[in-house]
Amino acid sequence: MSDDAKGSGLSRRSFLRGGAAGTALAAGLLPEDAAAAVAATDAEGAPTVGPGAVEIELEVNGVARRLEVEPRVTLLDGLRDRLDVTGPKRVCDRGTCGACTVLEDGRPIYACCRLMIESAGRSIKTVEGLGSPDAMHEVQQAFVDNDAQQCGYCTPGFVVATVALLARSPAPTEQEVEAGLGGNFCRCGTYKGIRAVVGGPGESGGDGVG
Amino acid sequence: MRSFSYAAPTTIEQAVSLLEVEGSEVLAGGTDLLSLLKDDVERVERLVSLRGVEDLSGIDASGGRLRIGAMTTLQDLRDHAGATEAVPALVTAIDGVASAQLRAMGTVGGDLLQRPRCWYYRRGYGLLALGRDGGSMIAEGDNRYHAIFPDGHARFVSPSSLAPLLVALGAEATVRGPDGERRVPVEALYRAPQAEGERENTLGRGELLVEVTAAVSGVRSAVYEVRQRRSLDWPLMAAAVSLTGEGPRVDQARIVLGHAAPIPWLAVAAGEVAAGGELTPARIEEAAEKAASGARPMSGNRFKVQLARTATRRALGLAAGMEA
Repeated sequence: MSDDAKGSGLSRRSFLRGGAAGTALAAGLLPEDAAAAVAATDAEGAPTVGPGAVEIELEVNGVARRLEVEPRVTLLDGLRDRLDVTGPKRVCDRGTCGACTVLEDGRPIYACCRLMIESAGRSIKTVEGLGSPDAMHEVQQAFVDNDAQQCGYCTPGFVVATVALLARSPAPTEQEVEAGLGGNFCRCGTYKGIRAVVGGPGESGGDGVG
Repeated sequence: MRSFSYAAPTTIEQAVSLLEVEGSEVLAGGTDLLSLLKDDVERVERLVSLRGVEDLSGIDASGGRLRIGAMTTLQDLRDHAGATEAVPALVTAIDGVASAQLRAMGTVGGDLLQRPRCWYYRRGYGLLALGRDGGSMIAEGDNRYHAIFPDGHARFVSPSSLAPLLVALGAEATVRGPDGERRVPVEALYRAPQAEGERENTLGRGELLVEVTAAVSGVRSAVYEVRQRRSLDWPLMAAAVSLTGEGPRVDQARIVLGHAAPIPWLAVAAGEVAAGGELTPARIEEAAEKAASGARPMSGNRFKVQLARTATRRALGLAAGMEA
């Protein structure tokens, strides 16, 4: 499980330690954009980019990806519409339902509430990066084994949030389950199966895992 | 979402210089700001991301003081053993932000300066929500979650999870701006706007919150939140208290209500009642009554007056080590 919490390849720190070019690279902007960025630099040396598309690089499921995005594009929309990584789902789009949950440098975040440009230079892992139907991650397998999905729309976010929870607490208490999965909703009510996945009693009768 | 430009400074000086320009706004964790932009409730020309400003992050809990950088995430603060040992009530306050994703993304500064949750504001009617006739839509409408201590037409409530506790601790905020640095009590970050277009915080253009610091040695503190739901919701009412004094004796007490007023509501008189002797159940009861005194509830939130008493009583009991 610990591998899931580790980024690899790109290092944001190396961007930050970029020396003379460090300022232009602070947001993970690529060298070829640095010139344009510096052209827009104010007297104190912080570049302003956009509102047009800016070329960025980030790691998605272990693969370095380059693309041009406007600063307003969320990580969720960028993953789905530009990189065809459609595991994270667009449901509430307001940081409430958890269907868009991905790992950023190992931490669970709502991809709908992160600008993609903010993730430049960082490592993103989505449900696709955990395992495949032929070689499922143990959490994915546990969701199948415990019938922890119905329509399936919330499932990718729940799987990612569960991976993050178990990375922090391999044998979570009831309280830790609520704290770790309270940010994900399932309107089909598969909470009983999800509690079984994380080793809980599977007796939730409420309207949420939390 | 409307388009905007974006800057990612790496130093506080760069950030201040960028924020001086009209139309520039701070982007911290983004968990709320992006929703406000998507809903067109707020508009920006340029977002100034503080994520790359390393000097804004970090926690120091040594020498009886606690220092928390404004860009420290709530989860990092929650995981910092030194901080939570010094102020165990931080755990209650942070866990009130009831989603792992929000704790991982959200920052201390973002929590302190988040925009109100008032549904009139969120629907685009402005913070004061005045109708065409100048009357208050809130007073005449659905105000069940609004202020019981309104200030003029400001009837929204301060939504911060950490502010009541930090104000109770007497914490100071360090603010950096074009004219240099200033340090103010955390409560001085807040104000009740009296005209539409005014903000609910006192930061001037180009100013940003750098860190909060508090003396935490010998202070007992507690937070109690009254909630309808345990997950993904704001409390109906919150109380934070801090007590100083040896043994059962309380020399000084500060009691602050959250979700009660447009600002973190420092109930000075209630603190005076709680201080100056042993904190007995009778004294707690009296302080709780005092905390809610002067409340002016509206048509739909009279219940929050009792919640203010209850939250105060339980927070005092927790801080004093009694059963809540």
